[in-house]
Amino acid sequence: MKSHVWRPLFVAIGLVLLIIVVRSFLVPDDFGVWERGYMYGLHRKGNEAEWKKVTVKYRTKAYCKECHAEKVESIDRSPHGIIPCENCHGPAMNHPEDPPTLTIDHSRELCIRCHAKLFTPSSGRSKIRGIDPVTHNPGAECSLCHDPHHPNLEALKRHE
Amino acid sequence: MNRREFLKRSIVVVAGMAVPTAALELIDPKKLLAAKPELRWVFLVDTHSCVGCGFCVKACKIENEVPYDANVTRTWVERYVITKDGKTHIDSPKGALNGFTSKKIDIGQGHTKEIKDEEIVQSFFVPKLCNQCENPPCVQVCPVGATYQTADGVVLVDRTWCIGCGYCIMGCPYGVRFFHPVYRVAEKCNFCYHRISKGMKTACVDACPFGARKVGNLRDPNDPVTKVIMTERVAILKEEYGTKPQVYYLGLSKEVR
Repeated sequence: MKSHVWRPLFVAIGLVLLIIVVRSFLVPDDFGVWERGYMYGLHRKGNEAEWKKVTVKYRTKAYCKECHAEKVESIDRSPHGIIPCENCHGPAMNHPEDPPTLTIDHSRELCIRCHAKLFTPSSGRSKIRGIDPVTHNPGAECSLCHDPHHPNLEALKRHE
Repeated sequence: MNRREFLKRSIVVVAGMAVPTAALELIDPKKLLAAKPELRWVFLVDTHSCVGCGFCVKACKIENEVPYDANVTRTWVERYVITKDGKTHIDSPKGALNGFTSKKIDIGQGHTKEIKDEEIVQSFFVPKLCNQCENPPCVQVCPVGATYQTADGVVLVDRTWCIGCGYCIMGCPYGVRFFHPVYRVAEKCNFCYHRISKGMKTACVDACPFGARKVGNLRDPNDPVTKVIMTERVAILKEEYGTKPQVYYLGLSKEVR
């Protein structure tokens, strides 16, 4: 069997073995075909847990209510009660430890997300009271006149 | 061995190698059961309720650490304005990160187009996000197994495994994938996998004041989202691609692409 014809074959087999050995070190044990089969399920299983570990930043109104129950209940009675606290107050993260205070967005740009008057038949937007941000007290912060927690101007006047 | 013999044997070897390993595998009942799991995440968008405030986009970007001012986003909101001349005008300035605050339509490169109120027949907003397709083409094209579908139907990207070839970004018919400017890998909406797996809602669902976005489990017949999908007139995007998208829309019109 000692023939120069076989030599390249041994080289090829050697290469294949080398690649298999290197691959076994580089590819993690949990890499393989999982629940969704060959076409959709080929992956490193450990990555699913990595995605689950991402930090939750928006803690929802229920979290705010744990300490600010009275405030939340009062706002819930106003038309703005549907808006989650964190939309304007920013993500709670680990408040009150980190951050101790939240950065509130007082800007006009925040209010006109909903209250810039657009012509939108066939959308819920048309049911929201709106202004033209160009002509309606330009440059002024909305909260100068409107209470964002109790936005009803008529009700505001009654309290004066 | 003569030439004829050599060719014959070569053909047998090549034919043998062409048989896929899948053809030799026996049916495993466990795998068949896994194909019908207890949990399948789905999404429901009510386009009637959406007002184009863009709070969902803001919450998504912060929650999922997508660079806030970069012009990439996992979810976005489109505005459709249909005029009397039959034309459809679509825009989504910065993915509606700051909502829609102007009547002017953004036509790109800093230009806008003004449409008179009298000209408008219909105008509405359509939120878009990853459809978590049952047959995700983006997963099929991944050459390294970096993007995949979990047992509960969500398509994820393994950031340590992605080589950044961009095939999946090209492969998605809905254009939901993009390059993450920081991690330099493919990025996409994953239904806030860290939130839904903890029993929470996605960040965009929690941020929506109007209930235009909902997330649910299609395998649970008592889930309010499933009830709507099963009993009401819902539509999906680009059905003709056969991707079986799992984001259902209420009030979708033919103009929506």
